[in-house]
Amino acid sequence: MKKNLPEPDAEALYRALLAQVNAGLVDIPDPVIVGIHSGGAWLAERLAVDLGIPEDRLGFIDVSFYRDDYAEKGLRADVKPSHIPFDVNGASILLVDDVLYTGRTTRAAINELFDYGRPARVMLAALVDRGERELPVAADFVAEYMQVKDNQSIVLHRADDGTFTLTVEHAS
Amino acid sequence: MLPNPQLNQHGELQHLLTIEGLPKEVLTHILDTAASFVSVSDREVKKVPLLRGKSVFNLFFENSTRTRTTFEIAAKRLSADVINLNIAASSTSKGESLLDTIDNLTAMQADMFVVRHAQSGAPFLIAKHLRDTGREHVHVVNAGDGRHAHPTQGLLDMYTIRHYKHDFTKLKVAIVGDVLHSRVARSDIHALVTLGVPEVRVIGPHTLLASNLEQMGVRVFTDINQGLKDVDVIIMLRLQNERMNGALLPSAQEYFKSYGLTPERLALAKPDAIVMHPGPMNRGVEIDSAVADGSQAVILPQVTYGIAVRMAVMGILGGS
Amino acid sequence: MKILIKNGRLIDPANGIDAPKDICIASGKILAVTEPGKLPKGFSANKTIDASGLVVAPGLVDLSARLREPGYEYKATLESEMQAAVQGGVTSLVCPPDTDPVLDEPGLVEMLKHRAKNLNQANVYPLGALTVSLKGAALTEMAELTEAGCIGFSQAAEPIVDTQVLLRAMQYAKTFGFSIWLRPQDACLGRGIAHSGPVASRLGLSGIPVIAETIALHTIFELVRQTGARVHLCRMSSAAGLELVRKAKKEGLPVTCDVGAHHIHLTDEDIGYFDANARMLPPLRSENDRNAIGKGLLDGTIDVICSDHTPVDDDEKLLPFGEATPGATGLELLLSLSLKWADEYVKPASQRLSSALARVTSDAARIAGLPGGQLSVGSAADLCLFDPKARWKVEAGALASQGKHTPFLGHEMTGRVLATIVAGHLAFDRGLK
Repeated sequence: MKKNLPEPDAEALYRALLAQVNAGLVDIPDPVIVGIHSGGAWLAERLAVDLGIPEDRLGFIDVSFYRDDYAEKGLRADVKPSHIPFDVNGASILLVDDVLYTGRTTRAAINELFDYGRPARVMLAALVDRGERELPVAADFVAEYMQVKDNQSIVLHRADDGTFTLTVEHAS
Repeated sequence: MLPNPQLNQHGELQHLLTIEGLPKEVLTHILDTAASFVSVSDREVKKVPLLRGKSVFNLFFENSTRTRTTFEIAAKRLSADVINLNIAASSTSKGESLLDTIDNLTAMQADMFVVRHAQSGAPFLIAKHLRDTGREHVHVVNAGDGRHAHPTQGLLDMYTIRHYKHDFTKLKVAIVGDVLHSRVARSDIHALVTLGVPEVRVIGPHTLLASNLEQMGVRVFTDINQGLKDVDVIIMLRLQNERMNGALLPSAQEYFKSYGLTPERLALAKPDAIVMHPGPMNRGVEIDSAVADGSQAVILPQVTYGIAVRMAVMGILGGS
Repeated sequence: MKILIKNGRLIDPANGIDAPKDICIASGKILAVTEPGKLPKGFSANKTIDASGLVVAPGLVDLSARLREPGYEYKATLESEMQAAVQGGVTSLVCPPDTDPVLDEPGLVEMLKHRAKNLNQANVYPLGALTVSLKGAALTEMAELTEAGCIGFSQAAEPIVDTQVLLRAMQYAKTFGFSIWLRPQDACLGRGIAHSGPVASRLGLSGIPVIAETIALHTIFELVRQTGARVHLCRMSSAAGLELVRKAKKEGLPVTCDVGAHHIHLTDEDIGYFDANARMLPPLRSENDRNAIGKGLLDGTIDVICSDHTPVDDDEKLLPFGEATPGATGLELLLSLSLKWADEYVKPASQRLSSALARVTSDAARIAGLPGGQLSVGSAADLCLFDPKARWKVEAGALASQGKHTPFLGHEMTGRVLATIVAGHLAFDRGLK
């Protein structure tokens, strides 16, 4: 694991994100949270608890079937089932991802959500925004902006006790 | 050992021709991927864009509305364009040769062929031809070739078993019926053995059992009462009417008497045993209606899983 | 034309010779076989062939090669197949009667012999049909057909179902001393596609059980006991079948048998992923059967190796296994496959070449009652010169036959014919000096 930068304190970032989201959802009646597997899903789970959002308003999606690099890379080996227990039609959705980078994952996630129904609005919360967008996507809530090299990736980990950590790793 | 024509040089699945020879990891990967597709079918928009813009040709040389429809649904749920070709196979009709048909269709930019043929081995010939003519990007899915294999059926049967029983390594599975002529039986046997099922049994009269079946890793029974004892899964095979004409069986009634799955025979299995059937069922021939409609039958879920499994297969192939 | 072949190693199993010898040919016959360098007085050769490093042997005698004429010219013609024969070192061949029309009329036989003679390549000895159109009902005019040139009578691959007819055919043949060549295959049990065993079960191919051969053999032997007819069994395939032949020979029945060269080396495993090139009749059977064939050739149970040359068109092989036409090209592989047999089964090594050659020269000629297969002084000058060590690859381009299909496609063979002489003229020359 190459560490070019001091690793940020993921727990601190989470608390910052939570504060932003909490403030930002004040005027939104009955929001639902959807986390993108895997990092976004962990964050969404914790956010739901901390925001008092019930389990049946919390969903997870795996964007593998909507990615735009299927032709080059094929299907990933570890596709997880998506789970949306609420009606997407008319919903106000907080989409949660761990790292916002090119914007392609967000595009895939939105496409997938729209195949479930027509939401009233979709907001995006990301723990880290590393810039270098390739699509016109912006997050509504971001805890930290970080720049890393092209050959590096920012990885969120969740320990057995639920603690988050962030590492900067050599991209595979 | 010849290199497995289904796998490319990276060990990725290039075609799905038979379960035989596929490593356990490949089978498990397909089953895991299928789990994700099950939930797609429950949504309002039952589609994902994986195969958008791709052309899937259903080439059925043997009639089968059921199987063809499931493949069509699966391909469409992957957003593919589906073209159905029913080519009645007749040994006397001077039609186009199989390989000429393939050549013509690939010239129409086919990306994937789903092939059902009355001759064992036909999909292998097609896959070899595509490789020899430099068209490795075209994928072949075997929808049933003669008596040899029906790999997507084998996979959906495994998905069903995994769903209800979870751990393959603790099961006794019995396959009952016309094993000699059954591609489903062969595919199921290979899958069960590869996934680690410790005891696979086949049950049928001598006329309907192939020779040397033990070499495929199964125990052979001609007495259904012995064969069903304590099994966890019963897979019933369909008995075709032609068998009565070929001096293999005297009548459907006698077959039911000796090999039909009745509630009494089902009771010999474990109390939570599941009953499966690839369909369509011949009620009163291989299976009693009471069992087919009973609580232990999982025949309808098999159909649902069949679509998800075929989506998984086509999704994995399309991306290799 | 006087020809001298010098510096070669002469292997002539009929005369028990395996030694360096020079051979002198004149007027299409063997004039002399001498110690190297010692020519007969007054002999001056028009052509001298330097056979250094080569084996000089009698031209091969192939007891089964389909020429596909008349009738199947799209599969092969006399021109291409006779060329294949001489390229394979075959100077005499027997062709089965399953042409179109079937060889059941003297006129057809005469025409075939005439055409073959004009090509001036290998000698062709046709088998006549035992029954009209091979339909197993009416007897053919065996005496007339023999006069026209048939050396025996056969049903090719169409077994006679009516045992009464087979009995009468044998009685009739016995009357005149004609030999009957029969493939031991039960008409009904023999209807499958591949050897009934674990491979066929796994691949879902309908099986041809060994009993299809043994039941037919029992029937044939009973009829031979009854009639005394001389029967040559074509294309043995199983250990159990060979055991029956062994017993029949011990009993003194007038039976002999041959095996197709492919069956010495291949088994049902060679079907692999449904390779239609491995679709043959009789089917390729188990390793146990294959081994019994190898040993059977050694102990004399099997008398002869033949190529069972069967040219099959691309259109008939590039099909699913069960639809493909059975058969493989063989004339150009006969020598190599026979040598390969000897390499595996014959000890000591010094006996290998002569053992292999005997099975395709002297023994074959003797069994079929043909001239040839030996290089005695005064016999026809039919020879093949080959390099026993040369390796060559079986590829469509390397084969003269129109039949390009064999399970050995792409394989390397050992033993290559460099020249073939028929009746004293050089019928084939692969660039020999």
